[in-house]
Amino acid sequence: MGCGAVGSLFAAHLSLLDDVEVWAFDLNELHVAAMNRDGLRLSGAGDLLGRPRGTSDAAAIPPCDFGIVATKAMHTEPAIDATAHVFSEGYVATVQNGLGNEETIAGRVDRVIRGTTFPAGKLLEPGHVQWDVRGDTTFGPYNERTPLADVERLADACTRAGMPADAVEDARGPQWRKVIFNASTNPIGALTGLTHGRVCERSDLRALVTGLVDEGKSVAAAQGIELDADPEELIDHAAKPEVAYDHKASMLQDVEARRQTEVDYLNGGIVRFGQEHGVPTPLNAAIQALVKGVEASWTQN
Amino acid sequence: MTSVVVAGAGSIGSLLAAHLARAAEVTVLTRREEHAAALRQQGLRVSGRSDFTAQLDATADPGALPNAELAILACKGTDLEPLAERLAGTLPAATVMTIQNGLGAEEVVSAHGDWPLLSSVTFMSGTRHGDTHVEYVLDTATWIGPYRGTTEEDAIRVAELLEAGGLKAEAYPDLRPAQWAKLIFNATVNGVAALTGLPHDFHFAQTDEPSDLGILVRDLVDEGKAVAAAAGVELHDDPWSMNVLATERGHRHFPSMLEDVEARRPTELESINGALVGEAWRLGVDVPLQTAVYRLVKAREASYSE
Repeated sequence: MGCGAVGSLFAAHLSLLDDVEVWAFDLNELHVAAMNRDGLRLSGAGDLLGRPRGTSDAAAIPPCDFGIVATKAMHTEPAIDATAHVFSEGYVATVQNGLGNEETIAGRVDRVIRGTTFPAGKLLEPGHVQWDVRGDTTFGPYNERTPLADVERLADACTRAGMPADAVEDARGPQWRKVIFNASTNPIGALTGLTHGRVCERSDLRALVTGLVDEGKSVAAAQGIELDADPEELIDHAAKPEVAYDHKASMLQDVEARRQTEVDYLNGGIVRFGQEHGVPTPLNAAIQALVKGVEASWTQN
Repeated sequence: MTSVVVAGAGSIGSLLAAHLARAAEVTVLTRREEHAAALRQQGLRVSGRSDFTAQLDATADPGALPNAELAILACKGTDLEPLAERLAGTLPAATVMTIQNGLGAEEVVSAHGDWPLLSSVTFMSGTRHGDTHVEYVLDTATWIGPYRGTTEEDAIRVAELLEAGGLKAEAYPDLRPAQWAKLIFNATVNGVAALTGLPHDFHFAQTDEPSDLGILVRDLVDEGKAVAAAAGVELHDDPWSMNVLATERGHRHFPSMLEDVEARRPTELESINGALVGEAWRLGVDVPLQTAVYRLVKAREASYSE
């Protein structure tokens, strides 16, 4: 569900397996028509042509064993509303950014799988996705309704298809590491106009990033979440010239194109979970308010 | 008639010079000689809240200034240091008045001469339409108080002079309560406007949802109040009320820091937000949100070169 860059990576790969039938649900009818006519092409970090069955009509999808939600976080609700009937006997996984997607999905379907994915790309044209970065995916049960054995079936299928994935009992560690990384760096790029590398080389800004990271870590710790690695390492690694020094954060790209950002699900998610667990998050709240202000300025001016 | 020098002919300097010329002998000190020549030949036109053309003298040479009794330094905060340096050794009989936003203008000036000093903050605003025309937009008051070697009576005399010229002015025995109220207001509103791109409108007073901008604005104001309290300053006005009131005027004001950022010009960040953060540091008050705003705007200025 949601066949943009990340959704297309999963759909194209999984469609290569003989024992898996893949339906790709997306509202972009040109993209769907192109993948049904010419296949779904990936190029860049790997080149392949997948053959998922594309549709913009959720009623056309038969009952499925697994669903993968890959929309932007603000579209989770309409995406799962449209497709919940497909999964009355199945599982729905999320590989989206941010916090709160599992909760939204669990409001519509019984069995939910938490997921975090690091591969990235962009839609070049209908039916064609540029695959920029390879990376791992981690899946885990959202709650006791989802047995780990079934999560392993999904992870195994992804791995066999060429999208390496793990199944773990608690997938919140990788999820929070990625959320804290994104929430602490993306909005700083969006508010200042600086690339990731330039944000990190200004010691005063890098200290602000650490302030945001520390709040996120406190909220994770209050929930008993053990981060699989320190988000600070990911931040410093990405700042290297050969990694992502010149990368403009997706939120900066959103702001420059005047597209709604995912700030409510990143910093806003940390603030919300912080409130639920009695952990103050003043910096994340300030950053969320500023980015919301930026979004508001587009309709005011 | 009183002889007055107005140094700096941006919008505030032009408004002061033109109005004062109706009650005093005014000489404008400009940076460019052609600006001075245009003022001498064409006078200075005011439109908007006032409508007249003032005749006044002007020069770009500090050595050619008359022996005035009052000199108002009306440049932007970022230009004050070089201006004070140009004036060193001149104006032996003058009381000098600063009018810059933020904190620290008086110290900058006092390092370049031992003139008696008055402090002031102004809430009026104008728009320059060229070297010889300024539009008077907001006719709010200028507040004046003693700083060094001056008394409240000196402040009252200058306030009366401004009023005689048609401006609004009030004198106070101690300007710091007003200066700090405006400092906290500016550091908050200008910083948030520069980062969000929003003019000072209703969003700044909205406090319904936890992520509403007004919550951040109120938290920033509270940090500023804590610094003022630690500095022993009892604020003349509540900056939060000033904020709410300004958003209710129905006029969408574009703070200068927002205009500067959009035009990719250096901002007054250092003398406003930098001054507040510096005072907080000096007094040992924790201001994490104002520090974040300060660092973000500073980085935004650095992004001009991207």
